[in-house]
Amino acid sequence: MDRRTEMHRRERRRYVIGYGGSLLLTLVVFGIAHQFGIETKGVYLTIGLLGLAQLILQLIYFLHIDRRRSSREDLDLILFSTLVLLIIIGGTIWVLGNLALRMHMHVM
Amino acid sequence: MRRAPRHSYPGINLGEDHASAHKASEVVTFGFWVFLMSDLVYFGLMFAVYITMIDAQAGGPGPHELFDLKSIFAQTLILLTSSLTVGLAMLALKYNLPRARIVLWFGVTLVLGLCFLVLEVRDFMNMAAQGGIPQRSGFLSAFYGLVPLHGLHVAAGCIWLLILGIQLRVMGMTDLVMSRVVRLALFWHFLDLIWIGIITIVYFGGLAYG
Repeated sequence: MDRRTEMHRRERRRYVIGYGGSLLLTLVVFGIAHQFGIETKGVYLTIGLLGLAQLILQLIYFLHIDRRRSSREDLDLILFSTLVLLIIIGGTIWVLGNLALRMHMHVM
Repeated sequence: MRRAPRHSYPGINLGEDHASAHKASEVVTFGFWVFLMSDLVYFGLMFAVYITMIDAQAGGPGPHELFDLKSIFAQTLILLTSSLTVGLAMLALKYNLPRARIVLWFGVTLVLGLCFLVLEVRDFMNMAAQGGIPQRSGFLSAFYGLVPLHGLHVAAGCIWLLILGIQLRVMGMTDLVMSRVVRLALFWHFLDLIWIGIITIVYFGGLAYG
């Protein structure tokens, strides 16, 4: 019984850490946008990286994804989907961006 | 002392207290992950279209006129908090807390989800009032293809929460109901991940490059 209470506390702490971290990152992102404006490239890059950090934080603390504990097939599935996604997004931006450039439409 | 249960799928696992439900969840949860990942690819396509359409405003209203960051900020906090409360409901289930506790966290999650939807719909109405309707420009078509799609997912999640709350009361904590709660929690966390993509790419990206 005691061990279960202990495990419960530990798992609840994971959620609270994930929530606190995400909350902090969200506040920082909106704070930066409010303080410095969003137009400069450096600011947007920072916001993008902080967004990525929050994604990873939530994957670990909310969805409990790590190499150690989840079975191989699930991680393979997630990684493969991410690969497909990157090809789709990267390919679309590449092809259409190149088209826009050649058509002399100013994009990105 | 027994060995700690093996985690057999991503997301929180039911564990040794619910051995039969844990076993029953394994295959369906994997199937649910396949669904989530194909949904992710769909969202990815919509993101890609949006990115290529950022400049295609055709003289219509753009991100600077239409986006209300205060409302987006509120929506972000609401959705993030609901992701925590659905996790707490899942934990209450896993550790056999009284059923009222699970229903309570479900209720909080449902209310937060509905608040999110109300704010989002209000935003869309404000945008439409300024001429920001889907047929105005490629940028707005891409916007309305992506953000309301996420909103529809949240609405579906709310209906799911409601039904599952009723099933918890009527059917009790059967294996079937418990394995459904596992999937609902995954779905809800997944929606918060998509939302992070939306604020970063749609809202901040739109303001930075639009």
